[in-house]
Amino acid sequence: MTSDQIDKALPDDSLPGGAVLHIEDATVRYPAAENPALSHFNLEVKSGEFVSLLGHSGAGKTTALRVIAGFEKVQSGYVRIGGRLVASSFAHVPPDKRRVGLVFQDYALFPHLTVKANIEFGLAGMDSAQRQAQAGKMVELTGLRGLEGRYAHELSGGQQQRVALARALAPSPLVVLLDEPFSNLDRQLRSRLRREVRSILKDAGATALLVTHDREEAMALADRVGIMHEGRMEQIGRPSEVYAHPATPVVARLAGPCELVPGRIRGTEVETEAGMFTFSDADERVVDGQSVLALMRASELELAHAANGSDGPDLRIAYTEFRGEFTEFGVRLTSGRTIRVRRRSSEDYSEGDPVEVSARGESKVIVYPAD
Amino acid sequence: MTAITDIRLAGWRRVQAVPTALPPWPLAALGIAIGLAALLPVFYLFVRAFDGGSETWDLIFRTRTAQIVARTALLIGLVTVVSTAIGTLLAWFTLRTNLPFRRLLAVAVVLPLVIPSFVMAMTAIEFYSVGGVLQGWLGVFGLERISNFDGLRGATFVLVLMTYPYVYLAARGALRRLDPALEEAARSMGYGAVQTFRMVTLPILKPAITAGALLVALYTLSDFGAVALLRYETFTFAIFNQYESALNRSVAAGLSLVLVFFAVLLLAGEGISRGRARYHRSTVGTVRPARDIDLGRWRWPVLGGVLIPVIAGLLIPVGVLSWWLIRGLVRDQAMTALLEPAANSIFISMVAAFLAVAMAVPVAVLAVRYRLWWPSRLIERVTHIGFGLPGVVVAISLVFFGVNYARPVYQSNWLLLFGYVVLFLPAAVGAIRYSLMQVSPRIEEAAQGLGRRPWRVMMTVTLPMMMPGVLAGGALVFLLTMKELPATLILSPLGFSTLATVIWDTSTDAFFARAAAASLLLIALAGIPTAYMVLRDNSYRSAERE
Repeated sequence: MTSDQIDKALPDDSLPGGAVLHIEDATVRYPAAENPALSHFNLEVKSGEFVSLLGHSGAGKTTALRVIAGFEKVQSGYVRIGGRLVASSFAHVPPDKRRVGLVFQDYALFPHLTVKANIEFGLAGMDSAQRQAQAGKMVELTGLRGLEGRYAHELSGGQQQRVALARALAPSPLVVLLDEPFSNLDRQLRSRLRREVRSILKDAGATALLVTHDREEAMALADRVGIMHEGRMEQIGRPSEVYAHPATPVVARLAGPCELVPGRIRGTEVETEAGMFTFSDADERVVDGQSVLALMRASELELAHAANGSDGPDLRIAYTEFRGEFTEFGVRLTSGRTIRVRRRSSEDYSEGDPVEVSARGESKVIVYPAD
Repeated sequence: MTAITDIRLAGWRRVQAVPTALPPWPLAALGIAIGLAALLPVFYLFVRAFDGGSETWDLIFRTRTAQIVARTALLIGLVTVVSTAIGTLLAWFTLRTNLPFRRLLAVAVVLPLVIPSFVMAMTAIEFYSVGGVLQGWLGVFGLERISNFDGLRGATFVLVLMTYPYVYLAARGALRRLDPALEEAARSMGYGAVQTFRMVTLPILKPAITAGALLVALYTLSDFGAVALLRYETFTFAIFNQYESALNRSVAAGLSLVLVFFAVLLLAGEGISRGRARYHRSTVGTVRPARDIDLGRWRWPVLGGVLIPVIAGLLIPVGVLSWWLIRGLVRDQAMTALLEPAANSIFISMVAAFLAVAMAVPVAVLAVRYRLWWPSRLIERVTHIGFGLPGVVVAISLVFFGVNYARPVYQSNWLLLFGYVVLFLPAAVGAIRYSLMQVSPRIEEAAQGLGRRPWRVMMTVTLPMMMPGVLAGGALVFLLTMKELPATLILSPLGFSTLATVIWDTSTDAFFARAAAASLLLIALAGIPTAYMVLRDNSYRSAERE
């Protein structure tokens, strides 16, 4: 009995909640490395969902992807794909038996094969008619009609990307993994292709996991975004949620341009060198008098000219940068630290102007215990 | 590809044990077998040399040996210095200046490679020596005196023509990768053109030039045909004579060991000279082509200089050969059929190329894809042995081995083929290794992710993508086998002649027309794979430039 026959003989013991991909407590340690590349990592991706992993280089994103694909083994923990255990400390299903689609940073198209042969590469198990039909469907889905006979080097960057996507989607994988798929493209092409890729994946009903170090990419594309740091999952949730309620300072920094300013809790407010702000502390982690870090997000702050004789801190405009729809003002605090404030471009301040900073509208400043 | 044991767990599907960096066992076993085979000649030399007893060693360490060593070292030194200078200058002129016809010349200066050293020596003697063609021409101008051509002078001349292309190719490759911004930076800091070349360009090219010079030194050490014809007794020649005289063959084995020691010394010296400095490009982005340097009124004089090696290394040998052939045909000299030796040459070279490539692929795969398995690197190093071993040494060792332990293959083509493979395996490994490194592991992962088993990935993706390197490696081994003389002389079964042995026999017997016909045939046949390699290289490069 081959493994495929065994696969068919046994029923799919899918996980509750329709999770296609389930990683539990996975740890990967490279020989001679001090810290694990992946440390007690957890992730669950539901059928049809698009999840992105965001983190700096070395955060373990790519390791996570390679663990799922089967190119890296785990020392502990479990990986299940479609309910089937594929990786643990004692078991490892090879990559060719996992039904995972891969889209690489450099696309890794087979240079010796045509577009059509690239797309059909993963369909070797089908008979000719089925294969033609499936490949045709993929060509249609990715808008590659007319280019089937070309070789990779005869295609533009965007076309190559679509071939990579079509090739990965053709065998109907349980999950598609995308490793920084836009980083080789120029800025303008990038945002167009982003939407294109998302709509292709959604049309195909594919479950997808994308890793990237680009905040915009991770936030704009995904249904949920996971923030990774030092091999761990720091936080995962809808992009707006992660942006609005970052669980840790690391997440806050990754989720949007911001400053973390040291301060101290004074009753219902937090006192910082930028002024007094009301704060929110959903987890009730801080107590009165505790020193904290206050999250100052550039787009969540307001500016005003300092009133004469004000007893507030001495804050001055350090720089102004016109960016079109908004202007970024650098405000120098007494300690020399600069915080960024982004305001509508109609507001006018010059370098050296004394200003006051406050939270926008009713918004509260998020604080984290300083340690 | 991973070492995997199937395990079955209650309630789970077929799952496999965690993979390691270990290669699959058939590949590992094949690699070890190839490594041991490559080691066999050296190993057996030791056995044989120490069989001979103290009398043998007395014969080896006598004054005459020291004289031969000194002579060999002198020749190596001269040839290496002159070849390195010529090769580097040719690379620079054909690549970086506005020399006329430089694209054509870039190919032409490599062509002396196709001429075997004994043919080059044979034609050089005819042309330059006392009573030769050159003297006849000079006589027209009333110049009668011409000094003797054989000995050190002739050997140096011929071997330089044989070896400068190695330095040229290495220097040209490095010069092409050199970022012109480095030179521009030096110029902007006040260095002149010559100073920049000396202070920036040359030091950066040093590793490549050193590697090329090492090849030249090793080639000179192992050359047999040219020094034998020009009667300059080097170590290789002395060993061959010792072996042929058949008085005490253990002495030949012992001398061979001394020669191996010299080869190892040369290789170690190169490693030390490389040092710790880094020479690869540290900038990101693509290198833009450098601007050509205007030679001004020196264009045509330089062209004349560049043409000298082409004339001396290609046109004169081919011219002399053609003259002999025509003269022989006119005088109706008896020509035995060359068909059989030519067929033998092609057949044995093709089989050798096939075997070398078949053995080089597993070695390259281990070295590139399974670097973490420690025997991988060892196996690759061991296969490089043939690189430093003269054909004479390998052949003598294999004869001993065949006579004592492998009677059935002794006096068969198999032993000859084994010798060729040991000698030329490193050339094949080099080419294949390089092309495998160009294949991104991501591509293999993509294929495996699409459901192909590892060995199917190897056959359908990796191997087709490596094909250029496999073909280049095969072409190189074919060319080297065609030109090989000493191992062929020693290991050929009785009655088996190739073009190389026909040329050798007829030239020593002064049947020049027959030698000329065989030589021209050999050059033409060897020219095919050379043309393939040079043209492939050129079209690849021009594509890269776009």
